[in-house]
Amino acid sequence: MQQRITDHPILSFPERKRIGFTFDGKEMYGFEGDSIASALHANGVRVLAHSERLDRPRGFYCAIGNCSSCMMEVDGIPNVKTCVTPLSEGMSVKTQHGKGVLQ
Amino acid sequence: MKSCDVLIIGAGPAGLMAALSAAEAGASVVVLERAVRAGGQLVKQTHMFFGSREQYASVRGVDIPAILLNKLAKYGDKVEIICSCTALGAYEDGVITALWEREKYLKFKPESLVIATGAYEKSLTFPGNDLPGVYGAGAVQTLMNVHGVRPGNRVIMVGAGNIGLIVSYQLLQAGVEVVAVLDAAPKIGGYLVHAAKLARMGVPILVSHSVTAAYGKDCLERVAVSKLDEGFKPIEGSTVYYDVDACCVSVGLSPLSELPAMAGCGMCYIPQLGGMVPVRDEEYETTVKGIFVAGDVSGIEEASAAMVEGRLAGLYAAKRAGFAHEGLDTLAEECRAQLASLRGGESGGHIRAGLKLLSERGERNA
Repeated sequence: MQQRITDHPILSFPERKRIGFTFDGKEMYGFEGDSIASALHANGVRVLAHSERLDRPRGFYCAIGNCSSCMMEVDGIPNVKTCVTPLSEGMSVKTQHGKGVLQ
Repeated sequence: MKSCDVLIIGAGPAGLMAALSAAEAGASVVVLERAVRAGGQLVKQTHMFFGSREQYASVRGVDIPAILLNKLAKYGDKVEIICSCTALGAYEDGVITALWEREKYLKFKPESLVIATGAYEKSLTFPGNDLPGVYGAGAVQTLMNVHGVRPGNRVIMVGAGNIGLIVSYQLLQAGVEVVAVLDAAPKIGGYLVHAAKLARMGVPILVSHSVTAAYGKDCLERVAVSKLDEGFKPIEGSTVYYDVDACCVSVGLSPLSELPAMAGCGMCYIPQLGGMVPVRDEEYETTVKGIFVAGDVSGIEEASAAMVEGRLAGLYAAKRAGFAHEGLDTLAEECRAQLASLRGGESGGHIRAGLKLLSERGERNA
């Protein structure tokens, strides 16, 4: 099923500006107003990171920037909370493994 | 170092109302908000509020921030709301540090401080609970109602409190199948009006049931659900499996009370209020003079109560900063009456018990 909601009894989701970004090198797009995580989710991407010790998949959990489950590498910076970080044009978003490394 | 009369941390229902009453009293106000927009969790609440006119009953939560921001705009540059700004620390010398836009450090030394940081969703312990697809119910509400994205196609909801029931209904509105709503307790915790809406849509609400495991390779594919006995232990042989791609966990909230703890405010564990909460007096002042609290950070309730608490805390914080509202006593009395009404009846029993315990413990520790 298409993950974007188009028909809703209360809310309206008008056409918004498309925003291009890459996920692990693959080109994708989201819309203005998306968080990085919501854009990924709409593209069917649910695994955002892998845990430090057991390398288990990690995804979205709290959506308020609190739980640290959605941290990814964005434009070379690790540990970006993608659930609260707005998507912007040309972002390079990568799956994070473990703690991440500062360049 | 920036100075202001009243600094407010959190631009949710409590923080915005605190800003409004402090500004009305004549104080200069700065509000810090870590999200990109003001409104806190109101921004995703598409349902209409209960309560009375003063707490915007019959208005959808999502429409309330604009109303409050509009009122605040009247005070011009006496009120500044800084979004994308995370408060990092509250220190003994009264300094508050914050990080703006992930690059600029700000320091504040206000005359008084209102901490209105809200709460976060609790998680539930079961094997596989870390799989992508197991989400907080509030998070799913944000994904759908703010971003317009469905969390999955088939969802199971764990928790039949108000959030669990409301989000289940909103999942249906977004075109998602809700296979069942579970609650470990033997009865539905939320308002029956919400439960009835789900029942009419054919969604089973299973009490004395909970999820006992989640399975999937990279993402959630299936959950195990068991019937629970009176001691909340799974009954052997009762397990059934549901193929779902999302599982929403709605098992309550915990106060985000790290800042008052760091500032040295006396703290108490009060189960009825959701966990560790700051001890505070009738004027919402903590044990540290000049630090006030309001909303979920001082006890988990609904947004309606948070707004009234914010109104009160803002009035007293302004007074502490030297700006007593001319109608303070009348306003405060009105607010207290509204809170008593919101906390009345059976559904407010646990809040009343929690507040009583908090005040007893607070007095003992004083």
